[in-house]
Amino acid sequence: MLSKSQARTFFLGGTIVTFAIFLGLSWNSLSNDVPKQTNPQNLTDQVIRGKHLWESNNCMGCHTIFGEGAYYAPELTKVFERRGEGYMKAVLTSKQPWAPRGRKMVAYGFTDEEASDLIKFFKWIGEVDLNGFPPKPDVKR
Amino acid sequence: MKYASQKVAYWFFASAILLLSLQIVYGFIMGFAHLGYDGWHSVIPFNTARAVHTNLLVVWILLGFMGSAYYIIPEEAQHELVSVKLAYIQLISFLAVGVTAIVGYHLNYWEGRKFLEIPRPLDWLVVINVLTFLGIILATLYKGKKRTTTSLVMTMGLVFAALLYLPGMIWFDNQTMDSFFRWWVVHLWVEGVWELIMGGILAFLLIKLTGVDREVIEKWLYVIVGLTFLSGILGTGHHYYYIGVGKIWLIVGGIFSMLEPLAFLAMALFAVGMYRKGEKKHPNKLALYWTLGTAILSFVGAGLLGMAHTLPQVNMYTHGTLVTAMHGHLAFWGAYGMIVFSFITFAMPNLTGRKLYDTAIGQLAYWLTNVGMIGMTIAFGVAGVAQVYLERKVGLEFGAVQQEIEVHFFILILTASMFATGILLFIYEFFRFGKPNNEAIGIEE
Ligand code: HEM
Ligand code: HEM
Ligand SMILES: [Fe+2]
Repeated sequence: MLSKSQARTFFLGGTIVTFAIFLGLSWNSLSNDVPKQTNPQNLTDQVIRGKHLWESNNCMGCHTIFGEGAYYAPELTKVFERRGEGYMKAVLTSKQPWAPRGRKMVAYGFTDEEASDLIKFFKWIGEVDLNGFPPKPDVKR
Repeated sequence: MKYASQKVAYWFFASAILLLSLQIVYGFIMGFAHLGYDGWHSVIPFNTARAVHTNLLVVWILLGFMGSAYYIIPEEAQHELVSVKLAYIQLISFLAVGVTAIVGYHLNYWEGRKFLEIPRPLDWLVVINVLTFLGIILATLYKGKKRTTTSLVMTMGLVFAALLYLPGMIWFDNQTMDSFFRWWVVHLWVEGVWELIMGGILAFLLIKLTGVDREVIEKWLYVIVGLTFLSGILGTGHHYYYIGVGKIWLIVGGIFSMLEPLAFLAMALFAVGMYRKGEKKHPNKLALYWTLGTAILSFVGAGLLGMAHTLPQVNMYTHGTLVTAMHGHLAFWGAYGMIVFSFITFAMPNLTGRKLYDTAIGQLAYWLTNVGMIGMTIAFGVAGVAQVYLERKVGLEFGAVQQEIEVHFFILILTASMFATGILLFIYEFFRFGKPNNEAIGIEE
């Protein structure tokens, strides 16, 4: 039977080996995948301001982006492609809670400039190569 | 209880269960909002309710872990905590930071990153607080007579948990990098270092409750935490499938995260095995129920329900839907909620000297909470599967799908009421024990 010191060796050995592999793979992702898949050259000041607005208002507390966030409001990864600029501007600058089908969004009443920052952020988000996410619906109606 | 300083644990437990009840209030606000009743919207919009719900969750679980550590470490090290006063200061300041953060969430003061909403300045206060906590624990271990495997594994979990908080505090312009490092906190906590803390508490409870030889239990503890890290570290890859990094993670994350349930399976087999082997003489039957319950439900909630959506082919469709919420609830409750409840149930008679073992109310609380939570999991699960099909396969619009699945939130509210009733009974029972006192020292064995 396994002894306690063998069990400890299994624990320490497994941890060190997998952690080393994990660090290696992470390094590879950050230095090779991120430049290839996320278009960092397009991260303009506007996009970055958009990200600040996204975070400081906790939009992720209702929506998802890259599939991460909350499940109360729509996935926004491809919102730029789906809705276009005009629709988004109307939602973001509205002084009344935007409430399609009755479910309310907070009425942020962003300025035109803030709204364009967010829209540029969403445009950048939509162009990231996500290995095929979100999936295309494939059941025939 | 063997050492007077262990009494401080009581106040951590009392704070933990009170914050849990507040967490539940915000859960109901969100449940009703999903059902179409968002009357609180102008005061507590959904994102506020959610940030409060999940942050209170993390805070009360951490309070439970800290309280357990303040109880376990003196007993294992055979030494009083080095400073009880500092431990109280640490508790009060931790609560103060938590409350400030939660008030801030009502005033649009936060950092909208899921689970890490605490704004940066408050993060630093958390860091100082946790360092104080670790200082007390490490100094006690250092001065103590013994350094047992149980206490070392638990302490290792606590130290790593603190270290892993740091990558979550770095600002990135790039959302992909942001998400990448957010998982170093969220995933490596719940599917890594927190399992060490849980394993340590579980080992301590089994040693006390079953009377099985420490050497046997601690050997299995190493096997369990070995399996945890072996699978869980590279298993982080299951969050890297679709965030803008390479396809290698589909393979690495898929394979290793499929192995993650093994650690939970080992915990379940270990707890049941030790129970069978033990003498069954300990009078605190309820603590034993909770202990076996957490070992089994964590396997179901984290292990099986995690496995259900962890392969990239499945996750492509379920990623970021109510299926995730289904798993999140039973995993957090089964593993970390219940281990804290197990420990509280074990510790209360020892801290207060009142032998309220195995009461009818305690039993009822056990069944109502667990059956209620399983019901909630089913409600989220049915809603989630329907959402995945209608939205991701058929391609209906988000809002249209939400209206279709609204009815499941009625079931959620019903089963959540059952769960909440169980929690209220547990809290009632907790306060029936009265305060911890020095007469309780040395009465248990
Ligand atoms: C006690 C342990 C666990 C807890 C507390 C837990 C909790 C959670 C939570 C809260 C989330 C949502 C995270 C977010 O979107 O920010 C999540 C996601 C996930 N968990 Fe777990 N989990 C545990 C164990 C596991 C295990 C063992 C597996 C796999 C076998 C697993 C597989 C997953 C997957 C695949 C996701 C991503 C879902 C998505 O794509 O939306 N989890 N977990
Ligand atoms: C009466 C009880 C509860 C109700 C009604 C409730 C309801 C909810 C709702 C509606 C959400 C938000 C889902 C969304 O984003 O749309 C949520 C999130 C969450 N709740 Fe609860 N909850 C309750 C208790 C608990 C308990 C006891 C725990 C943990 C032990 C818990 C853990 C979580 C977690 C981890 C999330 C985030 C899930 C994710 O992002 O995938 N909840 N809850
Ligand atoms: Fe994970």
